[in-house]
Amino acid sequence: MTDEAVLSVADLTVTIGTRRGAARAVAGVDWSVRAGETLALVGESGSGKSMSVLAATGLAPRAARVTGDVRLLGTDLAALSAARRRRMRGRHVGFVFQDPMTSLNPVLTVGRQIGEASEVHLGLTRRAARARAIEMLELVGIPSAADRVDAYPHQLSGGMRQRAVIAMALVCEPDLLIADEPTTALDVTTQAQIVELVADLQRRLGTAVVWISHDLGVVAGLADTVAVMYGGRIVEQGEVDAVFAEPAHPYTAALLAARPDPDANVTELVTIPGTPPSPLELPEGCAFWPRCSVRGDSRCERELPPLVPVSAGHQVRTFYPRQPTGEDR
Amino acid sequence: MTRFILRRLLQSGIVLLGVTLVVFLLLQLVPGDPVRVALGTRFDPETYEALRSRAGLDQPLPVQYASYVGQALTGDLGVSFRSGRPVTAIVLERLPATLSLAITAVVFALLVAFPLGVLSALRSGSVFDHAARVFSQFGVSVPDFWMGIMGILLFAGVLGWFPPSGYVALTEDPVGWASHVFLPAVTVGLVTASILTRFIRSSVLEVLAEDYVRTAEAKGLPTRVVVVRHVLRNALIPVVTVVAVQLASLLGGVIVIEVLFAWPGVGRLTYDAVQARDYPVLQGAILLVAALFLVVNLLVDLLYARLDPRIRVR
Repeated sequence: MTDEAVLSVADLTVTIGTRRGAARAVAGVDWSVRAGETLALVGESGSGKSMSVLAATGLAPRAARVTGDVRLLGTDLAALSAARRRRMRGRHVGFVFQDPMTSLNPVLTVGRQIGEASEVHLGLTRRAARARAIEMLELVGIPSAADRVDAYPHQLSGGMRQRAVIAMALVCEPDLLIADEPTTALDVTTQAQIVELVADLQRRLGTAVVWISHDLGVVAGLADTVAVMYGGRIVEQGEVDAVFAEPAHPYTAALLAARPDPDANVTELVTIPGTPPSPLELPEGCAFWPRCSVRGDSRCERELPPLVPVSAGHQVRTFYPRQPTGEDR
Repeated sequence: MTRFILRRLLQSGIVLLGVTLVVFLLLQLVPGDPVRVALGTRFDPETYEALRSRAGLDQPLPVQYASYVGQALTGDLGVSFRSGRPVTAIVLERLPATLSLAITAVVFALLVAFPLGVLSALRSGSVFDHAARVFSQFGVSVPDFWMGIMGILLFAGVLGWFPPSGYVALTEDPVGWASHVFLPAVTVGLVTASILTRFIRSSVLEVLAEDYVRTAEAKGLPTRVVVVRHVLRNALIPVVTVVAVQLASLLGGVIVIEVLFAWPGVGRLTYDAVQARDYPVLQGAILLVAALFLVVNLLVDLLYARLDPRIRVR
């Protein structure tokens, strides 16, 4: 391996042709994730966080045009044929999607769905793949795995289903696990269990994880680095402690301020006024400008701020970075 | 499973009883006196009364109905007014012709619609997709009797490849049967194929947009496996229903086509029975069609339970 990153993305742009024109869902994004490390992509719906990951791994919708440099274990994915890209993805990347009910095929047993990737990529026989599926179900903490292996998705509870999906994602011992809001469709106690499970498995298997989320609480406890996305761009990235302790971008600060505090006895939640921009009509300058509390001058409106360093490994895209106060939390 | 089948059979029996009642009452509303038709223009009142009471037509309606159902349970559907032969025999001897035409037509329709529907969904928006759409639009909008006539003119008249009409039993002469069934089956099958093509296409398109198909692609499975195991397994479940409905309606006899091709099936029988006001035969034919419909439905339910684990029968 020439590159130590498991997956790295440089200048990734995704344009989706729609009836009303080209929508720029992702506009020049760079990030990378190393073995054993967790990168969190944070942002509102439509900020491009999921799309950047799907596009990088070749799962973008057919109407999407993807440009940029994507390297998986040092291999340039764009240089591969579609079939080799598919094999590379299946062998080295595992996916956990948002809703375990819809991401599992209703007419196949969970065992079959967990095992099938190992038949294709590890060359296991059907029988061996079934044994492997039982092993994986045990790994993700499903009791009486030998019975559950023949269950259909609808026969499992929501939490169990997401565990089965995680087993499915890890069956080929991938180098990278992509978790696209894996707890959003689950109830709160189950969410905590799933987060715990992924963290635990990551420690044991040394897998790199890209965790896509809008739940900052989960991200704070789980991620090593975080990239905050807005309007298809990264507006702030860095080590999670640094970014959360001293958010330099007004958007990150607003997001953190919008977190409900269970200790404070408040009746109203803090919100960010306005709505995110449409990918069909991204503003020329800073995409957050119309909603920004700092609201600099007309420069913000006309000019796109570059990503500038705040401190070591901490970058922000704004003309007016917040000054570290040391008492932001 | 056995309990499920028994329950469904019981339900089917109740439906069938309802059908007899509806048919019986409907026929009371039909104008025209069957006894008069049977006797022709010249008859004397005594013969008329004798025939009327022999047929039980002088009894009150509930009595007529009760005796009809009672006899039907023993397999006796009465006697044809016109020929005097037992209705059960008349109806059953028409069954092979209708069955063989309906099944051949549906098999032909599937052979056409399955590849057409699946491929146009997988390549939606392509030239192939558009061509398939034109085909199915054509099949749905052109009347089947016109297609039948054109088929006869071209393949029987100009080219002389197939006989223009007539029927040979499959058991007597398979080759002769095949050459006779071809034109009517293709005519009927084209309409069915058009309907199925559209349905299969939209069903496959719907499943292609499902999250679990993306999951299957994320796993890096070969396209063939994704399509067959994940897309088609799910997309074809609703198709089963539509195929069954099509088959059932063809079993009811495609009257126009059977008349056009001189095909001695149930549809033709129904047509003739209406013309002659041969009520017992008409009742028998409708009852047979209803029974076939119920059998097909029962089979579909069983097939559904096999295909979709979410509807496992208790």
